[in-house]
Amino acid sequence: MTDILRTEELKIYYGQNEAVKGVDLTFTENSVTALIGPSGCGKSTFLRALNRMNDEIPGSRMTGNIWIDGKNINAPDTDVTVLRQNIGMVWQRPNPFYKSIYANIAFGPKYHGVRNKAELDNIVEDSLRKAALWDEVKDRLHTSALSLSGGQQQRLCIARALSVQPKILLLDEPASALDPVSTAKIEETILQLKEQLCIVIVTHNMQQAARISGHTAYFYMGRLVEYDKTEKIFTNPSDPMTQEYISGRFG
Amino acid sequence: MKANHETPPFMKANQETPLLFRKHRAEEWIGRIYTTFCVALLIVIIVSIVYFVASKGVSTFAVNGVSLSGFLFGQNWQPDSDKFGALPFIFGSFVTSLLAAVIASPLSVCAALFMTEITPNWGKKVLQPVVELLAGIPSVVYGFIGLSVLVPFLRSVFPGQGIGVAAGSIVLSIMILPTITSIATDALASLPRNLKEASYGLGATRWQTISGVVIPTVLPSILTGVVLGMARAFGEALAVQMVIGNAPHIPSSLFESASTLTSVITLNMSNTVMGSVQNNALWSMALILLLMTFVFVLVVRLLERRTKI
Repeated sequence: MTDILRTEELKIYYGQNEAVKGVDLTFTENSVTALIGPSGCGKSTFLRALNRMNDEIPGSRMTGNIWIDGKNINAPDTDVTVLRQNIGMVWQRPNPFYKSIYANIAFGPKYHGVRNKAELDNIVEDSLRKAALWDEVKDRLHTSALSLSGGQQQRLCIARALSVQPKILLLDEPASALDPVSTAKIEETILQLKEQLCIVIVTHNMQQAARISGHTAYFYMGRLVEYDKTEKIFTNPSDPMTQEYISGRFG
Repeated sequence: MKANHETPPFMKANQETPLLFRKHRAEEWIGRIYTTFCVALLIVIIVSIVYFVASKGVSTFAVNGVSLSGFLFGQNWQPDSDKFGALPFIFGSFVTSLLAAVIASPLSVCAALFMTEITPNWGKKVLQPVVELLAGIPSVVYGFIGLSVLVPFLRSVFPGQGIGVAAGSIVLSIMILPTITSIATDALASLPRNLKEASYGLGATRWQTISGVVIPTVLPSILTGVVLGMARAFGEALAVQMVIGNAPHIPSSLFESASTLTSVITLNMSNTVMGSVQNNALWSMALILLLMTFVFVLVVRLLERRTKI
């Protein structure tokens, strides 16, 4: 498996506060990596750094390197629009646009130059199929996305992220606002997407991390404490702090 | 289970408790009676104003025998020879307030975007109070400034006397800027941040995000602001009257004198005798203003319903 994304000495500051204190991590193609750790440990901040989403937060700064395709994207001349097309993101709370289901998916491709109606139709169907939502919404593509249930909305957001053909997908606690049935569907979708994408998922749900990820990284107080195969982390972690966290003794 | 209304034994021992209950009950009732009274007073005032204006306004047609269509569509306003064509004023009111909205809306929306999207901190701390200050300036001041600055400017640049529809519309547009701006600012500020992030996350630029997500999402609220602004422009009398020229005819250009319903009422009310047909005709115009206000309120309500999808 080839490496696709690597961070080196990544430090992220909010004003004076150092939220991520130098993290080195490598992500490979066709894999799911889970980022776990207690609230405020910097895992979400780290995730948001990977597509430079922290740029949108006033007062945030970042040092260190993020390598993708041999380019350091933490450089001033990086075109974040191209970067974000390559690195899709799904948030904790479903955030569909106040538009139709179709318009939600077609939004990204339109801005990246797809004008042809047939081509857009294809992208919409393809993205919805990948997110396992097509069969549920194919007859009402032009109704409001807000008429969908929470779980459907979240899968719509996944489909929307896939619409611009990213190579990497960042998921920020994608199932934490959903019921168990919807969660199971999202996890199933993630496992299918793994065949084509590199997926990085932040989760508070340890069972979820164990179920879907190949590798797990444990964050604590802005540092990467341990990174290993998920199996190893959950059965025989080398760091006592990881052991305490995964066994539920704190966090 | 059947409800038990007996006082539990542990409370019976305490003599203070029942008193305490009674005291609070009295407070509850006093509050209730007081608020009910206030609401009732408000309703009585509103109903009597509507009734008064309506009865006076209708009597022009019912008692004095002026024809309704002649009033609404007649172009000849000569109260002394019993000609009551109010179309020029209705036209003037609509044109000035529409033009004011057309001038003010883009400016207001862009100002609101600047305050919320481009410089959120500075916008909230400095610009928003300034805009609110603008809303507090009395209308006579706007009219005065319009008369002494805007009218001479228009006179030197465009044909005509400077006073007229253009001057009235511009003064009105400045007056309604704060209304539209502050409503648009509130709407933009209340937009969930993750909606914008979703757009950025797909690789959209800031302007693509603003035009593709931000504006469409808050459009109903912005339109509410525009309608409220128009309502204010429609009802404004003094500032318009000072710069519009007050000629009772339909103007053929923007730089020609005209009149609005409000300016005619303020100019003529002291020259007519209560109960006379001339006076009643003014009430009919007031009735039109009132009805238009209802229409504006109705439109705002409809827009608000659309916001809550």
